[in-house]
Amino acid sequence: MSAGTPWTIATVRDALLAKKTSARELAKDFYARIERRNPELNAFLALCPERAYAQADRVDAAVAQGQPLPPLAGVPVATKDVISTRGVRTTCGSKILENYTPPYDATAIERLENAGAVILGKTNCDEFAMGSSNENSAYGPVRNPVALDRVPGGSSGGSAAAVAAGLSVVSLGTDTGGSIRQPGAYCGIPALMPTYGRVSRYGLIAFASSLDRIGPFATNINDAATVMSIIAGHDSNDSTSASVSVPDYLAEMEKPVTGLRIGVPEDYFGAGLDPEVKAKVEAGIALLEKLGCKRVPLKMPHTDYAIATYYVVATAEASSNLARYDGVRFGLRVQGNTLMDMYRKTRERGFGPEVKRRIMLGTYALSSGYYDAYYLRAQKVRSLIARDFSSAFEKVDAILTPTAPIPAFKLGEKTADPLQMYLADIYTVTGSLAGIPGISVPCGKTAAGLPIGMQIFASHFGEARILQLARAFEKAGGFAI
Amino acid sequence: MKISREDVLRVAQLAHLDLAPEEVETYRGQLDEILGYIGKLQELDVSSVEPMTQLRPRNTHGESGASVAAAGAEPELRDDVVVPCTVADAVLAEAPDAAKPFFRVPKVIER
Repeated sequence: MSAGTPWTIATVRDALLAKKTSARELAKDFYARIERRNPELNAFLALCPERAYAQADRVDAAVAQGQPLPPLAGVPVATKDVISTRGVRTTCGSKILENYTPPYDATAIERLENAGAVILGKTNCDEFAMGSSNENSAYGPVRNPVALDRVPGGSSGGSAAAVAAGLSVVSLGTDTGGSIRQPGAYCGIPALMPTYGRVSRYGLIAFASSLDRIGPFATNINDAATVMSIIAGHDSNDSTSASVSVPDYLAEMEKPVTGLRIGVPEDYFGAGLDPEVKAKVEAGIALLEKLGCKRVPLKMPHTDYAIATYYVVATAEASSNLARYDGVRFGLRVQGNTLMDMYRKTRERGFGPEVKRRIMLGTYALSSGYYDAYYLRAQKVRSLIARDFSSAFEKVDAILTPTAPIPAFKLGEKTADPLQMYLADIYTVTGSLAGIPGISVPCGKTAAGLPIGMQIFASHFGEARILQLARAFEKAGGFAI
Repeated sequence: MKISREDVLRVAQLAHLDLAPEEVETYRGQLDEILGYIGKLQELDVSSVEPMTQLRPRNTHGESGASVAAAGAEPELRDDVVVPCTVADAVLAEAPDAAKPFFRVPKVIER
């Protein structure tokens, strides 16, 4: 491979079958790349070469024996550090889990490995996936490989940076309010949040259980579709995973887009949207119109309430989910004179500022006397936001918006003001609350060379529709518009 | 100002967080600002709206418009069958202080 061309799932497969490389050599090559680039990027928190080489050797044995290769044979993969990996340290970017090693694999990891993938290691992220810039990691921020003085986005910043920098072919991230799509936009790569329930959450360390989803980062739509076809589907270990059949994404995505109705909600193009981002996303929509899609103007009147709703629902769920970190069963323990003293000292020392802020916000919203005014009301507004989408999908096949109002900002630029950081999640949290799938695809760059992302939403279990539009957009040159 | 120092201390106590003195004022200001913003939810009339407690709609449409209603409404429960669970040793190995088969904690009962 020449330096400028990234490896893809297809080129890995071709190279293995043609015996131009082996899975072991490939893994070694990727570890060498990581060794070179990671000190600067800080994308990886842990590497697992023993596990990776053992898997690579299994793939190489299959090649040598002429056995049929599974779809991800030998493909180097990275995974966000909130996804459990048996025997490999999993910190969630937190000091409270600094020495935690899960005794089991997440279902998504198990499925990737069964499909032949070589797991290289764990990627950096905002602590417990709480953040939009990766600056809330207890292990230092990740740098954006496109512009080193800028954030890669968050919370799956390490997974996005790893793929964008060629340190893994694909990666897994998680998305609760935009944590896959926004770093995908900031790093200039496709990034897919599946429908709630499409991919098992078993082994995903919980932040907000009604919002959390696992999904892929890739350099191209074919790779994103291939990973989806492997990780999607029902899992008896996650009662919220759906038994809806998984379509043949690779076949579906090649269908022509002529005649598809694409909704463009005016509420996503108003105040606060950077003019360069707006211009490129408009150009992206125009390109899809040129390919035969029909543009339909939309109004989604509750968009403006999405951030407030999200930061009540997500923090309430987080305050409950993170109650488990108390120094008893796993992770950090700080000794105390009494049990209560031990809980408090452990949590004070183990959690970073953003996690504490969200635990307190969520605890407040759920506390006696405030529940109706905050949590219950937010759950009702969540219904209204979901209704905006279900009404829209009676008229359109997909909805197109910017992924984020601004391109990647500078490290440290927004850390002083948590509310301003939250407000930048405006275009992604809506789909999170509604439970629908969304992708961010690259859509050109700013004059300064910063990537811009265009978001495509479809209705529940409409990943094939999303991939179909994204694939048509990619083939028509939309990524570099 | 909506959130007082006392509010912060009350919430920290509920959440089992032992805040340092200098953190209290920082969080007070930040929570005040964020809750002030969240107050905009009060603008909406939600008297006739049901809270969203289920993520999947009762009638969803798949990628080709085909109905996948069957998957929507019913939770997918597995059969209630007892299966062996052999992870106890691995779980205890991660505990800060284990005395098999228990997690050990500071004394809670005086007698």
